[in-house]
Amino acid sequence: MTHISIDHVSRWFGNVVAVNDITMTIGPGVTGLLGPNGAGKSTLINMMGGFLAPSNGSVTLDGTTIWRNAGIYRHIGIVPEREAMYDFLTGREFVLANAELHGLGRAEAARALATVEMEYAQDRKISTYSKGMRQRVKMASALVHDPSVLLLDEPFNGMDPRQRMQLMELLRQMGDQGRTVLFSSHILEEVEQLASHIEVVVAGRHAASGDFRKIRRLMTDRPHRYLVRSDNDRALAGALIADPSTAGIEVDLAEGALRVQAVDFGRFTELLPRVARDHGIRLLTVSPSDESLESVFSYLIAA
Amino acid sequence: MSTTTPAAPPAPARAPKAALFHPTVARLTYRALLGRRRALILFALPTLLVVLAIAVRALANADDSTAGGILGGFALGTMVPLIGVIAGTGAIGPEIDDGSVVYLLAKPVSRSTIIFTKLFVAIGVTVAFSSLPVLFAGFILNGNSQQMAVGYAVAAAIASVAYSALFLLFGTVTRHAVVFGLVYALVWEALMGTLIPGAKTLSVQQWALAVGQRVAADGAITSDVQLPVAVCLLVALTAVATWYAGRRLKALTLAGEE
Repeated sequence: MTHISIDHVSRWFGNVVAVNDITMTIGPGVTGLLGPNGAGKSTLINMMGGFLAPSNGSVTLDGTTIWRNAGIYRHIGIVPEREAMYDFLTGREFVLANAELHGLGRAEAARALATVEMEYAQDRKISTYSKGMRQRVKMASALVHDPSVLLLDEPFNGMDPRQRMQLMELLRQMGDQGRTVLFSSHILEEVEQLASHIEVVVAGRHAASGDFRKIRRLMTDRPHRYLVRSDNDRALAGALIADPSTAGIEVDLAEGALRVQAVDFGRFTELLPRVARDHGIRLLTVSPSDESLESVFSYLIAA
Repeated sequence: MSTTTPAAPPAPARAPKAALFHPTVARLTYRALLGRRRALILFALPTLLVVLAIAVRALANADDSTAGGILGGFALGTMVPLIGVIAGTGAIGPEIDDGSVVYLLAKPVSRSTIIFTKLFVAIGVTVAFSSLPVLFAGFILNGNSQQMAVGYAVAAAIASVAYSALFLLFGTVTRHAVVFGLVYALVWEALMGTLIPGAKTLSVQQWALAVGQRVAADGAITSDVQLPVAVCLLVALTAVATWYAGRRLKALTLAGEE
């Protein structure tokens, strides 16, 4: 089991604090590092990849310091965000060079190219590749030594939907195999579709950690919105608004439903079925209307 | 896409052994150097020297003074440092600038090994594109009279080593390595070195000429620096520049694009 531990890490560039006292542990499985552009995601990944020293705190791989330790690259594969590669090489030459730098050879390079399904274009120069093809060859170069940790900085940028799904499936498989896979993204649906665990970074701070639904529920000081349908919406609305856990209710005539804003998640989830039972109201639909990562994200940024 | 092997628990991260040479790093460096537009300059300058030598010989008989002027002035004074700038900075600077160096650094390869290998490639390219054409041009100009062709070729080879180390260092220190290299090569070596006596003592060109002076016949090649001093300074510059370039690469940070 491989863990990357970030312990009270800060990183500043001059007067700008890019990462501010972040502590987190990335373990086996797929973890999404989520945050808006400029949140500090790439800075964190660069520190985890040994390309940036923390100004404060420590970044370790199973207890071993990562910074200035080339030995850790036996266990870590990195897919950088930057486009620049050795464009004068073919895909096969590039992946082979990466294999050789690990002390490996043609067989491992061929396996990695097959894994990302790039054999059909492996003899073309990288300069002729589309962005998605470049991304897949970068993946192959990171996988060539079968690493236990894979760090990917915005890996889905520039990929078409099919390539995106293929890469997601590959990363899912790697996570299922017990590898530690961390990818950064500012696209909420990417993280939602792929990550079993998310770490949210906003303005250099660690805003949240865990399953995104749990994170949402932990934020009890924020209103939760629900879409509720019943056989007597107005009676239900009257009963719910009497309780302090409900901040507001809107009767949505077009949807034929109630839009309920709850301020105390735990209390509201107990209240709703009890009120319905006590008033003889049949609940037809109860669905959270704001549990997308988008809404979690906007709350975290506003907090 | 599919994967085949499950993840095994990693062994403790051992530091890689430092070696002097890594063939894959060398291949990537060599192909990068000779595959870009800068390769045109690498070919153009020696071609110009040889064409100049042929033109001189077509117009006049073999003359040691003319040969000394062309080999010492144009070749050692301008061509060798320029090729050193192109090969030395080009061996690492562009990879650091565009970030592709990450593919070398994210490997269990000692960063000293990367620097040594790139230095060897830069030296090889600089020697090939400066020392050999100097030798060839020298034979054309005066048929190696007074061992001038060999003396200047040796001086060019010696200078190539020091220039490669110096400009490789520039490539790890600044994004403007070519500009700094050109300022050094053209302003310090070619201009100040010929005008200011003190500057001559701190000139790679003069140190290399001191070695060439020893190889050629007496008086055929002159230097303003004594041979022992020149050798010490050449060794010191090469060693310190290489050591510091390795140190810079070990501490190289890749800032995010955020």
